[in-house]
Amino acid sequence: MSDTAERVKKIVVEHLGVEEAKVTENASFIDDLGADSLDTVELVMAFEEEFGVEIPDDAAEKIQTVKDAIDFIDANS
Amino acid sequence: MFDLTGKRALVTGASGGIGGAIATALHAQGAVVALSGTRQEALSAVAEKLADRTYVIPANLSDPESVEALAKSALEAMGGVDILINNAGITRDQLLMRMKDADWADVMRVNLESAFRLSRAMMRPMMKARYGRIISITSVVGVTGNAGQANYAASKAGMIGFSKSLAQEVASRGITVNCIAPGFITSPMTDALGEDQRTRLLGGIPAGRFGEGDDIASAAVYLSSAEAGYVTGQTLHVNGGMAMI
Repeated sequence: MSDTAERVKKIVVEHLGVEEAKVTENASFIDDLGADSLDTVELVMAFEEEFGVEIPDDAAEKIQTVKDAIDFIDANS
Repeated sequence: MFDLTGKRALVTGASGGIGGAIATALHAQGAVVALSGTRQEALSAVAEKLADRTYVIPANLSDPESVEALAKSALEAMGGVDILINNAGITRDQLLMRMKDADWADVMRVNLESAFRLSRAMMRPMMKARYGRIISITSVVGVTGNAGQANYAASKAGMIGFSKSLAQEVASRGITVNCIAPGFITSPMTDALGEDQRTRLLGGIPAGRFGEGDDIASAAVYLSSAEAGYVTGQTLHVNGGMAMI
């Protein structure tokens, strides 16, 4: 598992209060991890802070799974 | 009760009677205040009276860029904003059949759109802080209507709907969004009334007097406080009983 993936998963676990085992790469924040729309906004804010990237609104809307987040960060940081 | 030590407040329209009273009252409870308005001199006069813990940030709320710049300056100057008071407002009274497009647009831009822009700019920092108080000063006429004020009343009713919606979005993050609806408040406008008009207006106010800026400021202190954390999406009417809604 890449360093990015590990850090992304750690943020998700902390922020949504879910078990680590549930945070698989294909897990959807809303459908699988119980996030609401405000949680997803906050997750994006937390990713921006952790990785020092700017995630514009149109890109943020496409980040729906753990893998989406990892891919965006790897491509943009 | 109602201690605001360490809290940072941005007050628009702070050069006016109500805005100045609100800024003064929040400051008296310990808050750091940023005063915004169009009249630099009047703002400086309020700031001078308060002395410490005060910033003056002039802005023209009819200009969207100036509104965005105001939000940024306030966040930078105070290191954050915990309390946003959307107080600035203008009137362009006219019977609807004579109302110009500009009368409508100016009122909407200053009264309603600036509240939207400033509130939006505060979302991120308030969500991170898990604390926020957004208070918009609406008006009794936003609920009752008033002949000659279709534009003003629409903008004030708009603030109420806006606040209720935002309140639902962010309640779980410790951010409350409320309105205060003043009735008749003493101002140069009420001072200029003739004795007849004055008596007639007072006849409709059970309290038997016009309101003062401090009456509104006390309500703002309450809604800004940690103690009011369970109050959100509400409109607090402060009008001496002239309309009981």
